[in-house]
Amino acid sequence: MSTLTPTMTLMARLRERLPGRSGRDLMQALTLPVVGIVLFLMCWQLVAPRIDTSLGQFPSPGQVWHQAGQLWQEHQNERQRAERYIEMQEARNQRILADNPDAEVKIRDYPGAPTFIDQIGTSLITVLAGFLLASVIAIPLGILIGLNRHFAAAANPLIQIFKPVSPLAWLPLVTMVVSAVYVSEDPLFEKAFITSMITVTLCSLWPTLINTSTGVSSVDPDLVNVSRVLRLPFLTHTRKVVLPAAVPQIFTGLRVSLGIAWMVLIAAEMLAQNPGLGKFVWDEFQNGSSDSLSRIMVAVLAIGFIGYLLDRIMLLLQRQVAWNE
Amino acid sequence: MTKHHLELSGVEMSFDTPNGPFKALDNIHLHIERGEFVSLIGHSGCGKSTVLNVVAGLLQATRGGCVLDGREVNAPGPERAVVFQNHSLMPWLTVFENVALAVRQVFRKRMGKREMTDWVHHNLELVNMTHAANKRPGEISGGMAQRVGIARALAMQPSVLLMDEPFGALDALTRAHLQDTLMGIQQELNSTVIMITHDVDEAVLLSDRIVMMTNGPAATIGEIVDIDLARPRDRVVLADHPDYVHYRQRVLRFLYEKQVFPSEHAPQTPPESSERETATDVLAEEI
Repeated sequence: MSTLTPTMTLMARLRERLPGRSGRDLMQALTLPVVGIVLFLMCWQLVAPRIDTSLGQFPSPGQVWHQAGQLWQEHQNERQRAERYIEMQEARNQRILADNPDAEVKIRDYPGAPTFIDQIGTSLITVLAGFLLASVIAIPLGILIGLNRHFAAAANPLIQIFKPVSPLAWLPLVTMVVSAVYVSEDPLFEKAFITSMITVTLCSLWPTLINTSTGVSSVDPDLVNVSRVLRLPFLTHTRKVVLPAAVPQIFTGLRVSLGIAWMVLIAAEMLAQNPGLGKFVWDEFQNGSSDSLSRIMVAVLAIGFIGYLLDRIMLLLQRQVAWNE
Repeated sequence: MTKHHLELSGVEMSFDTPNGPFKALDNIHLHIERGEFVSLIGHSGCGKSTVLNVVAGLLQATRGGCVLDGREVNAPGPERAVVFQNHSLMPWLTVFENVALAVRQVFRKRMGKREMTDWVHHNLELVNMTHAANKRPGEISGGMAQRVGIARALAMQPSVLLMDEPFGALDALTRAHLQDTLMGIQQELNSTVIMITHDVDEAVLLSDRIVMMTNGPAATIGEIVDIDLARPRDRVVLADHPDYVHYRQRVLRFLYEKQVFPSEHAPQTPPESSERETATDVLAEEI
């Protein structure tokens, strides 16, 4: 009895605290993250001036913030220029057509360089393409592996060996293979895009594959017995029992995969020269202007923030689809 | 050939273990008539569930077999519906959809869409669960989920209903309530039921016969008690009834005097140990 008392008082105290999750807890939930960020910025501000590089001092938070505004401004300016270019082109074409209705007019895209915002867009499209390709491969394959013990035993060593391979190791091979195989007069996609996408796929399909197969193979045996008693045919069994049971696990895998895909993408874009964030970082590094470090830091923060958003979106999707949420 | 509704003859069940084959069941003979309610009772680990799984077709007997309505059982099927201990409803389907999954599979060739919907509702009504038709298993209590599990099994119109400790995980009040519901349904449908239980009162109250099993390994049927109590049965009235008390005593005596409690006996040795085997041998001689 005496050993029970401390536990019981602890339980009572916890119960007193739990219902009042309003005022003070909410304040804590909001203030602590802010405190964390402020402390980080202060350290950054203190340390940055002490680091001298060949491109000048390491940028302080203020410089990075300024550079972020600069990048946004450049994007706006470029947009305006592009609009003006299109307007002028249309006006000129109309003049030509007015003089001579049979004349052939040329419509050219705006030839300006992609801005930071455009590069974010390219990165997002590339990562989603790679991630979708990975999912399309990994989910069905994972189901097969999960359903069949022999298949799993055969696939396991391959999964274990290829899972830890870095994107930087895959990339040269992928580049050469894409150059050799993807030959076309009028390519629909850039080679750099295909190379980056395939590298992302190769590195990000493993978590989905592994989670799908474990989800499928660990369906509650009682539910499998229900299915056996009902004599559900194999396909119905897979569709109505195995897949829904595995959905939460599959989504966990997808979330991890998307995180890895985003991380791998930056490295892949750097080497493949796909015009996304990776290329932005690489170009700034090669450029070596006094603003380069601040601009790279803006990219670093943008990469982190977008990665966080992607994860949140997956979480929302998971809550919509998975029955256990 | 056989005149019995369900017949288990010479069932022996061995499992392969790293230490060689382990004989769980030996020489099980049992005949069950149509409309009979039979309970299997015994200490945990005695192989009650194995017997049920053999009848269900989820396990294949090593020797001997099970014949239902003159046909040998060698695979699971809806004519031997099973109510599992922890309801085993698909957590992503609603109560209605869970029962409908079974109904569609069993009756899609014989019933129209409308008829199937009505049949699902009818079975939910039998267990008083219509009000929760659109809820998920996670949103209802364990007792309610078990009702749905029973409705799903009944909806298959089984030739024999198999129940594996159906009320074992429920609190005493819920259990009593569900036992009454089950008694009512069984009376109404005259279904054949085989139920596993470790609750002596439950066995006496519900059954026409109680099959008492010896401890494993090589467990077999020790005694069979006919419960000759008039139906419908009322638990409150029966509590003081001399026959009821007598039956209860017989089962208790078998379980606690003739069978040694496995956990008290040879606690450090695994079930395959020779010590346990000798104990069973002695008991077998006694019987």
